[in-house]
Amino acid sequence: MSDFFEEIKRNIIAGKVDQEDEGFDGDLAGKPGVIELVNQAVDENVSPTDILNKALTPGMEEVGRKYEEGEYTIADMLASAECVSEATNILKPLLLKEDVQSKGKFIMATVEGDLHDIGKNIVSTILQGSGYEVEDLGTSVKADKIVNKLKETNANFVGLSALLTTTMERMGEIIELMEKEGVRDQATVCIGGAPTSEDFAKKIGADVYAKDAFDALGKLEKTAG
Amino acid sequence: MKEGTRVHPENRLSQNQVEIIHKATLSLLEDPGITCTNQKAAQLYKNAGCTVSQGEGEEAWQVRFPKNMVEQTLEKVPPKVILGARNPANRLVLDARVPRLYFGTGSETNIYLSADMDEFQSRKYPSQTLSYPVFSQERGSVRHLCQSAKLCNSLSNVDFFIRNINIQDEDINPDNKDVNVFMASLMYMTKHVQAGLVKEERLEDVLKLAEIVAGGPEQFRENPLISFITCVIKSPLQMLKDTTSKLISIAQKGIPVVLSSSPQGGSTAPIQEEGMVAQINAEILAGIILAQIVNPGTPVLYGAVPVRARLDTLHDFYGIPEFIHYNMDCIQMARHYGIPCYSSAGVGDAKVPGLQATIDKVFSQLRVASAGPPYIHYSVGLLDKTNIFCPLQAVLDEAQIGMIRGILRQPSFGQEDQEEMLKDIRKVLGSKMKLFAKQIRKARRKGLISPPYPFESHDSEDKVFLKAYKKLQEILSGPDEKLDEDSIDAVYNQVPGILPKERFKIQ
Ligand code: B12
Repeated sequence: MSDFFEEIKRNIIAGKVDQEDEGFDGDLAGKPGVIELVNQAVDENVSPTDILNKALTPGMEEVGRKYEEGEYTIADMLASAECVSEATNILKPLLLKEDVQSKGKFIMATVEGDLHDIGKNIVSTILQGSGYEVEDLGTSVKADKIVNKLKETNANFVGLSALLTTTMERMGEIIELMEKEGVRDQATVCIGGAPTSEDFAKKIGADVYAKDAFDALGKLEKTAG
Repeated sequence: MKEGTRVHPENRLSQNQVEIIHKATLSLLEDPGITCTNQKAAQLYKNAGCTVSQGEGEEAWQVRFPKNMVEQTLEKVPPKVILGARNPANRLVLDARVPRLYFGTGSETNIYLSADMDEFQSRKYPSQTLSYPVFSQERGSVRHLCQSAKLCNSLSNVDFFIRNINIQDEDINPDNKDVNVFMASLMYMTKHVQAGLVKEERLEDVLKLAEIVAGGPEQFRENPLISFITCVIKSPLQMLKDTTSKLISIAQKGIPVVLSSSPQGGSTAPIQEEGMVAQINAEILAGIILAQIVNPGTPVLYGAVPVRARLDTLHDFYGIPEFIHYNMDCIQMARHYGIPCYSSAGVGDAKVPGLQATIDKVFSQLRVASAGPPYIHYSVGLLDKTNIFCPLQAVLDEAQIGMIRGILRQPSFGQEDQEEMLKDIRKVLGSKMKLFAKQIRKARRKGLISPPYPFESHDSEDKVFLKAYKKLQEILSGPDEKLDEDSIDAVYNQVPGILPKERFKIQ
């Protein structure tokens, strides 16, 4: 059984999502990847909580270390994050049965009028790879759509991205609408994007400003703790 | 007209590789084609022979381009585009068949980085001092844009002006931004002025402004002293609703327009050059084809802004060899189609002027220029990718461009000149001193001798910053070529939304 954990962990570190994927060193195509391994483990009744705690989490921690030390690029990091989020998708219904909670539900969006999404997509992927459930609404998302989604899903986090000095103003309007609709306290609002800042977050009443995905992970852990 | 620097273009790709990329581009345009989120454009493409089907999402159409339709339309694109200027001597002729170089600004930077010189003393060796700049950041404003225009107007190696400051004054909003951007630029600029359009509804007002400055509608048509940049593409292979609509309006009027795409190798396009260039080529051509459908023969520039992504953050990255490869390839593709290329070079990843900024910039300036684009944007004053404009850096970059013009100057001699040389050599050999010094004068008169780097030092202290700073101060406190008062008053009378006059004062 511990073989499964090692095998899954190794594939997460190699960023090998499925059989077809060649993995970090480029020589793993044809061998089972994270999706196949997790499915097999589930079929053989391995505990999903154990898969999460003994394979996914330590795997991703190791990837984070390699990234910080400069061995891995963001491309490698994203490949591993994709593995974790695919694995989590498979495990989600089973974890629910075991009453294991995710780190929380995130609604992510680039604000109205803004079409930049490279940064937001990275943040979504990394958050997902770190155990958050992320519903990404895409780009140029209107305030009411975000607030309605928040009500509908009971999400605990709202992530907002803006890259233009003109569109960053929409963030404040979204927070105002959340207040008006009585859902401000339901979710932590986390903002980001090049023109935003700590000061700007304070000004509009957002809870967290993060300069990138890793900064966000750190600060969100803190607010949770 | 400004002659620019004529160059023998250096081709990075073999003819076979150009063909490979061209075929791949046609293949991409056919399958999957372009995802277009502008209904009018989708209809126009359809009428012109493209296959249009419902795309993913409510307002998206998948447009597939038949090969011969692409090739036939490209044949009709004008190879020559004239960009006018308030001072007619500063007009630019961009001719895809005549490789030459024009350099100018670019981006819409959020931050204006001012410099002040200070004296530093060594702690270890107190007798040693150093003059070095200290910097301060400000959010871009109308006043900064005016200052930048005045500066670039005075820098002789800057040939055109793309509004390079994002004006973020409290009273600037999307409704009045366009007219104020063009007003600030044209007020101090006698060279060509180019910008994107924030609001399509303000196109008429902007054109009114330009006509007043040009001396009337007829004069503007002959001397289009402004033109537009449209970023119609969101890579990979998507066409944006709003910008596409702006493009249609601009093309209808026959004003010169840049069709630009800026994919990032490694995030929104493949990092490998053959993939990147096939994709950006397809994206730009899709835009150019639309402009030609709207108004056959309308002047367009092939707007190539291919960049690479950083591997640590996926941010855009400029001082890296692949950025140069991509841009050189695009220049060659544009030449292959006979369309004038709007190219990119000279951005610093560094956040302040210094050795890193110089290294970031100089290789791309030189290599991209050697491909003979003819139009190189981004090349003056940009730092922190494209987020900072620094006037001191602009002065440094301009000097670098001067060096590059010298390096790329074409050999111009013929048989007659060589005969003359033989005479000179024999004569000098027969003389007492055996020196060629006197002959220098002849070459100098012909403009064949390069001046030294203007900020060189003659003692053991590096004085580049000090000298560049002095030049900057001289320009900023010196005379300007401000627009005449009558034209300014006419603008205030006829164009709504312009901020009060004192907001355009530099000091
Ligand atoms: C790529 C790009 C584009 C692409 C976007 C492609 C895409 N799929 O997103 C295209 C070509 C479509 C584009 C279009 C435009 N762009 Co643009 N674009 C850029 C560019 C070069 C890079 C942005 C980027 O992707 N960076 C890489 C990512 C990884 O970084 P990031 O987005 O900052 O994200 C990180 C952090 O900010 C943070 N983060 C981001 N979001 C969030 C959210 C949360 C919750 C958290 C915690 C963190 C977080 O984490 C991310 C990961 O580390 C920037 C310049 C620059 N250097 O920033 C200009 C820039 C943002 N664009 C600019 C402009 C002007 C435009 C246009 C208006 C151009 C035009 N004239 O038409 C249009 C606007 C379209 C629109 N309505 O949105 C200006 C903005 C100036 C301003 N007014 O504020 C910039 C600054 C360029 C410039 N200096 O002129 N653009």
